[in-house]
Amino acid sequence: MKIDPIHQFNIEPLFTIGHIGDHTIAFTNSTLYMFVAVALISVLMLASGRQLVPGRLQSVAEISYEFVASTIRSTAGAEGMKFFPLIFSLFMFICVSNLVGIIPYTFTISSHLIVTAALALLVFFTVLIYGVYKNGLKFFKIFVPSGVPIYILPLVMFIEILSFFLRPVSHSVRLFANMLAGHIALKVFAGFVAMLGVSLGAIGWLGGVMPLALTVALTALELLVAFLQAYVFAILTCIYLNDAIHPGH
Amino acid sequence: MAESHGEASGQKAGAHTEADGGHGGAFPPFDSSTFASQLVSLAIAFVVLYIIVSRFALPRVGGVIEARQNMIEGDLAEAQKLKDESAAALKAYENDLAAARSRAQAISSETREKLNAASEAERKVLEDKLTAKLHDAEKTIAATRAAAMSNVRGIAADAATAIVQRLTGVAPDGAAVNGAVDASLKGQA
Repeated sequence: MKIDPIHQFNIEPLFTIGHIGDHTIAFTNSTLYMFVAVALISVLMLASGRQLVPGRLQSVAEISYEFVASTIRSTAGAEGMKFFPLIFSLFMFICVSNLVGIIPYTFTISSHLIVTAALALLVFFTVLIYGVYKNGLKFFKIFVPSGVPIYILPLVMFIEILSFFLRPVSHSVRLFANMLAGHIALKVFAGFVAMLGVSLGAIGWLGGVMPLALTVALTALELLVAFLQAYVFAILTCIYLNDAIHPGH
Repeated sequence: MAESHGEASGQKAGAHTEADGGHGGAFPPFDSSTFASQLVSLAIAFVVLYIIVSRFALPRVGGVIEARQNMIEGDLAEAQKLKDESAAALKAYENDLAAARSRAQAISSETREKLNAASEAERKVLEDKLTAKLHDAEKTIAATRAAAMSNVRGIAADAATAIVQRLTGVAPDGAAVNGAVDASLKGQA
């Protein structure tokens, strides 16, 4: 028995939809789980009750709403609420798909760099376009921190510009690497249990208790990471948008 | 990692033919042949999600939260209003009570004065009547006494005449007797 911790990341085309140039556009397992996430969010937000005293599902929906809203208000101010639908969509999409991905035999959308990079670039261009649209050339003040002596200003500006353009890289790689590494670790430790049992018999099954316990602990950790990475992605989006709304500080 | 994946897919070729067929054992997240599919599906899924979230989900949940907030604020305002009203009612009641109490005091003191005046007047009338009666009685007494006194003079004169006649055997002169009696009465009086 071989452990194959990478197999879970395979993109498996279920059927072909069409072609763009020489690329085949297929409905894949990734597509399926994207729509699963969209469907779950829609059910949560649209099928929950509207009672004065909320039930469980309604509480989850309202807590998600208030959580994202307060995150935006505290990091990007009241003007940031313009981007509430975008940030809420990003947070819920990543959070729900990450949580679904922890269920065994499911697929984790955000374990693919192309997906996280697309989301990070969406944020990057939103910041860039809105910042220039709203503030004009003043937007580029974010590269010129105030109170820096003139003789090191070029260096600081260079670093600021570099870090600005590296934002989508760190933004996307952080989420992708966390999900990828977490799922590989889970798979490896879970694989040890079966491997020990098959190769060593009764002693092996007994010895398998330890990696099993570790798998359980890792699953709990992955639950935390799944939520935390969605939160980190959302709060970084807020911070970047704050630059576009209030440049020059 | 790519090698181990290759080995594994080789072993499981029977089970995962379609799965591994397309990407020839590359590390899946870096297999560029799947990028187009993923980007297209992500774009569709995310746009659908964005529309659902911005058009329906957020207005709905936000509306519920806002309605609750408004209701709580409305209820608090209502409670405050009712509290103010009850405080005002209590104040009005206390004012009325104080007014009624002072009016009652005024009425009772007025009544007392009236009664006092009436009884005073009655007493005066009675006293006057009694005084008048007393005067009458005194007059009557004086008259009676005067009458009695004049009778006494006659009786005294008769008695003196009789005594003198018995002692002397001679009937005294009436004028002399009268003068003597008068002198005696005057001396007594």
